[in-house]
Amino acid sequence: MSGPQRVKFYQTGTFTVGNRLLDVSVRSVQSDRSRNNSLNSGHRACQGCGEALGARYALDAAMRAVNGKLVVANATGCLEVFSTPYPESSWRVAWLHSLFANAAAVGTGMAAAMRVKGRHDVRVIAQGGDGGTVDIGFACLSGMFERNDDVLYICYDNEAYMNTGVQRSSATPAAARTATTPAVGDQPGNVFGQGKNVPLIAMAHGIPYVATASVCDLRDLEYKVEKAMGFHGARYLHVHVPCPLGWGCDTGDTLKVARLAAESGLFPIFEAEYGEITGRRAIRKRVPVDDYLRMQSRFAHLFKGRGDPARVAMIQAIADRNIRRFGLVSEGAPA
Amino acid sequence: MLRQCEGSQAVAEAIGLCRPQVICAYPITPQTHIVEGLGALVKSGALANCEYINVESEFAAMSVAIGASAAGARAYTATASQGILYMAEAVYNAGGLGLPIVMTVGNRSIGAPINIWNDHTDSMALRDAGWIQLFAEDNQEAVDLHIQAFRLGEELSLPVMVCMDGFILTHAYERVDIPTQEQVDQFLPPYEPRQVVDPDNPVTIGAMVGPEAFMEVRYLAHAKQLRALELIPELAAEFKQKFGRDSGGLIRSYRADDAETIVVGLGSVNGTIKDVVDEMRNEGIKIGGVSICSFRPFPTAALSTALGRAQRIITIEKSLSVGIGGNVSHNLRMALPDRNTTVYTVIAGLGGRPITRASLKKVFRSALDGLLEPVSFLDLNLPVVQRQLERERLERRTGPAAEAILRDLNTLPAAVH
Repeated sequence: MSGPQRVKFYQTGTFTVGNRLLDVSVRSVQSDRSRNNSLNSGHRACQGCGEALGARYALDAAMRAVNGKLVVANATGCLEVFSTPYPESSWRVAWLHSLFANAAAVGTGMAAAMRVKGRHDVRVIAQGGDGGTVDIGFACLSGMFERNDDVLYICYDNEAYMNTGVQRSSATPAAARTATTPAVGDQPGNVFGQGKNVPLIAMAHGIPYVATASVCDLRDLEYKVEKAMGFHGARYLHVHVPCPLGWGCDTGDTLKVARLAAESGLFPIFEAEYGEITGRRAIRKRVPVDDYLRMQSRFAHLFKGRGDPARVAMIQAIADRNIRRFGLVSEGAPA
Repeated sequence: MLRQCEGSQAVAEAIGLCRPQVICAYPITPQTHIVEGLGALVKSGALANCEYINVESEFAAMSVAIGASAAGARAYTATASQGILYMAEAVYNAGGLGLPIVMTVGNRSIGAPINIWNDHTDSMALRDAGWIQLFAEDNQEAVDLHIQAFRLGEELSLPVMVCMDGFILTHAYERVDIPTQEQVDQFLPPYEPRQVVDPDNPVTIGAMVGPEAFMEVRYLAHAKQLRALELIPELAAEFKQKFGRDSGGLIRSYRADDAETIVVGLGSVNGTIKDVVDEMRNEGIKIGGVSICSFRPFPTAALSTALGRAQRIITIEKSLSVGIGGNVSHNLRMALPDRNTTVYTVIAGLGGRPITRASLKKVFRSALDGLLEPVSFLDLNLPVVQRQLERERLERRTGPAAEAILRDLNTLPAAVH
């Protein structure tokens, strides 16, 4: 991005998240002056951090849904590090960080403690990044699902280990450049593996509620958190959160990049109950994956010189498959 | 009430009397019957108001205990061997956070080679994790130490490991006096956490701490353990007053007052040591024993007093600090006022090798005669090791050493080489 952005005013007559001119009943949680500010300002996240945005919206929505009776277990990672440089803390919720791999199990323990102490009003969220969720924390996550422990697990997926300098995780997309999948050689960037779709794996556990969301649609994120808190048992929310530093996009483009991920079909947004898909967020204006990829320097090698149309086509095929599989485009899509 | 029962079962009943609120259970790598016994107590309703959680690994077991303890519940789990190593990161975390979790370690060896039998390698591997480590000499003491452990841990806000020898204690049937619920309730008040995750008073626990404060936080953990050096004997005294028997404390001496030779051990091996001490005393030898109950904190001052007059000290150690020798002797040297005291490290009983009276007596005699090496291995089959070293000298591709030694033991007559 170059040059100043033209500032647009959305407030009047729109449904945008910050709009306080709407009727109270349809205002977002975040537009409410009495919101909890669960992740308060002053933390040390990078400019344009998608994870900070997602966590703030998610936890504020959860706090409202459960009347402030919330405790949070946090995995090691960006979210933990940037929010709690000793002796400061940005958390305005009861918050515990233990380790990288165990947030789901710590959540289980907190839920058990609340049950045994008769604190049936207190609800538990465990949260972490993609590394702490789909890689190193995966066993604890699956165990929590299988036992159907009363925990909502939120994964903020920025598609790599950003805190330690952008290394590949199993959520890193094909062809993306990271510190451990450099853009060199015949097949630059990350491998085209089989992928690891943790929302689908969560659904395979048959747990009450699984959803994906993105910071590109913060109302949808709030809605899903609120809905998740309406269930008891294990729940999973997978939130797509761009990382300008790791993805190599402009810090002012976080939401735009997130939107293109959703609108291209690369990040399907859907929800499921007890293992069955019950809703999807339809793509409003389908875009080719090129539009998404070209905004990020982690994919720059796909477009340098004569480009790499073959591998871009492979990425497009992934998006097309998502669109078919989840019915993201209404025309002729399976219900 | 006096009972003839298995050590694990006795401990399960004792834990039940301590009114734990969250119990995490993982069965293999390996487990004892303790969590099975507790599972039955919870399922039958005999142990009420307790959440029993079957987790998917020891790492999860300790992590669930961390969450439960931080949220204000009395949390318990049990493990051993590979299991405690699998949870090692969480063991350190519980120590660092200062969460008073109690964990039984049914001491067993660590592979490779895989081996399920008793030694102390597992607890020793986690000796610096910030947990209090208490070693039980027999099953009665194992029962009693658990009751003291909850009280101790919760007063200091520190986690406590109660270590009891795998099989030798956990699977042994002994006479055990199981206290009544009233007795335990009188000794152990409900858990009042020092720090708690509570939405009504939200705090941040587990923040990132940099160089400016990390030393202080770690020192505090050390200072708390030093405080435990005072509290452990106090609790043992109170326990004796309420339950009528000696259990716990920092160390226990046996015929050591005038001893020129003192044998130091941890756990059940002290029973055998005492028998040998008696035999040798009958022969007029001034020998005694000291049993270390609290290995962390290490009772330096108490040992200094107990060992002060001895000319030679022999440690019987069920773990090998590979490349140096003994953990216990290494620690124990801190307690010796006279640097000229001879300390013999005897590595014994690894992987369940029986420690017999005859072997101990032989090794004590050889120390008395000045013939014992500073570090020695009780009943080591040296020719087998030498033959393997020779094979490795002659040939590059000798294959896996453990299998070669087994083959040697099973097929080659000792006289061949």
